[in-house]
Amino acid sequence: MPAKAVTAVPGAEEQLVQVGLVRSVFRRVEIGALIGAAAVWLLFAAVAPGNWLSVTGVARILDPASTLGIMAIAVALLMIGGEFDLSTGVMTGTTGLVAGLLSTRLGWNLWPAIFVALLIALGIGYVNGTMVTRTGLPSFIVTLATFFVLRGANVGITRLVTEQVYVGGIDKTQGFDLARLVFNTGINVFGVEFRSSIIWWVAIAILASWVLLRTKYGSWIFAAGGDANAARNLGVPATRVKVALFMTTAVAGWLVGMMNIVRLRSAVASQGIGQEFVYIIAATIGGCLLTGGYGSVIGASIGAIIFGMAQVGIVFAGWDTDWFYSFLGVMLLAAVLLNNYTRKRAQEISLAAAKARTEGTEG
Amino acid sequence: MTTRQPLLEVRNVSKMFGSVIALSNVSAQFYAGEVTCLLGDNGAGKSTLIKILSGVYQPTEGDYLFEGKKVLLNSPREALAMGIATVYQDLSLIPLMSVWRNFFLGAEPEKRFGPFKGYDIRFAKQTVREVLAHMGILIRDPDQPVGTMSGGERQSIAISRAIYFGAKVLILDEPTAALGVKQAGMVLHHIVRAKQRGLAVIFITHNPNHAWPVGDHFIILRRGRILGDYRREELTQADLMNLMAGGEDLVKLQQELEALLKQPLEAVGEPAHVQEAIGAG
Repeated sequence: MPAKAVTAVPGAEEQLVQVGLVRSVFRRVEIGALIGAAAVWLLFAAVAPGNWLSVTGVARILDPASTLGIMAIAVALLMIGGEFDLSTGVMTGTTGLVAGLLSTRLGWNLWPAIFVALLIALGIGYVNGTMVTRTGLPSFIVTLATFFVLRGANVGITRLVTEQVYVGGIDKTQGFDLARLVFNTGINVFGVEFRSSIIWWVAIAILASWVLLRTKYGSWIFAAGGDANAARNLGVPATRVKVALFMTTAVAGWLVGMMNIVRLRSAVASQGIGQEFVYIIAATIGGCLLTGGYGSVIGASIGAIIFGMAQVGIVFAGWDTDWFYSFLGVMLLAAVLLNNYTRKRAQEISLAAAKARTEGTEG
Repeated sequence: MTTRQPLLEVRNVSKMFGSVIALSNVSAQFYAGEVTCLLGDNGAGKSTLIKILSGVYQPTEGDYLFEGKKVLLNSPREALAMGIATVYQDLSLIPLMSVWRNFFLGAEPEKRFGPFKGYDIRFAKQTVREVLAHMGILIRDPDQPVGTMSGGERQSIAISRAIYFGAKVLILDEPTAALGVKQAGMVLHHIVRAKQRGLAVIFITHNPNHAWPVGDHFIILRRGRILGDYRREELTQADLMNLMAGGEDLVKLQQELEALLKQPLEAVGEPAHVQEAIGAG
């Protein structure tokens, strides 16, 4: 058999080359998100060309896309690792409130307050991950519980301390100016204000993509989500990988929480509620499988851009913003159907190629 | 039979699960450069024995010897570190991951990128292509997900991986069970190759047609005991088939079935509703 395999039929050879081209295009994880992004862009470019095609338009789109993108990247990594986190949205609120309360009520410098918020985020992420991996319960349920606990605590503690449901005056604390500069400030480009959170987002996307695709930890993440038992048999510390991923989403929540409070100069108890699904949707549009083991960080970022475009485009087009979520629902369904189709197509082509190869070796 | 030292040996091994005896007083030797076929029906104790050999279970009684020395294995990882690799039916391959990522999973080659360590992807892809080509598998595209490959190709990848990472003993758990004739042939091919490289191959199967062409040594298990332990010279293929099929049990079964066929249906006492259904039909 091996001797024959070398002398494959020339016809089969050509067939395989063609197949390879089509397949490599269809096999891009991000293909669904890219097509979706192009479609949404064209839609609003046709409906509201004036605002849409301006630099201001781009800045407006990238503003919500940046914080959403940071979260979607972390959520995508976790989903590739085979788990969900429903406490991500509320985590942006919790960390903001912690930093806000410590600095405004106890008179701390904002920086140690930010640091304590980070420790709390890491702790909650660790608890989420440990509970999921120890109990073997679905992460959906475990983090749903975390979500409710934090949601209640956010309002409860804030009202207890401030007798209101928000923490104001964060801009009067020491260290605020530097924190604003670091986390989220306006940068003037071509006379238009871009948020500095965009830089964070791009840097995180590059870093996360590098880790996922170009380090052994990336392989471990794919393996932990693809088949955790098989991965463990081969010596991959799948449990530690999953716990680390839960801590990563929590840290992303902290980062976005800090971006929000330095921008708004206050922290709101209801911050981030409902956003957890938006992050999951962005990651899913970006090609992540809900069953784990497959997905892309870049795809999740494109998913975030689609959100930004929809949010801003509906306003530019003068449509009723009430319809935003309906629009997202349609986008999600379309993207998932498209992803599903391309993945099946890629696999069918691969199997056809495998067949052609087998028949070639027998000829 | 031979004065050579077995690479792997179990002596009087028994395994109890509570009061259930899964394996009773089993002794077996496995030699380097030989294929030992472990045959037996479902429930014969094959899986218990290989789980002991691969370090998943510890025997309740008896000794485990590797290279002539008594060892106590506490996990499959320890077995792997000693060079005892097991390819399970579920393959330990991740279907959605590419061939090269699967091949090096848990033992990734790394390269320095400034202060960071990255995956040496070029080395991984090239090595996978070469190693598999050496095994007679042409991989056009190492990025191909393993899930899109045929069952035989997947088994071959799992076997090549074990050999590449320096296995001395290769335990194959029913590698041909779910495969068609051609694909099974491909796997048998790799078994012979592994033997030629001097590995001790332990080939678990319940198909004597797959065992006979490659085996040097046949161990037949039945109900947790060794029914027979033969060198190839001591057997014919027909003997092996008979032993495997259960010998006299099969003859008895055939007689029973023939007797059943001679009896009219009514005499067997079919339930009334079945007779009605037949009558109506």
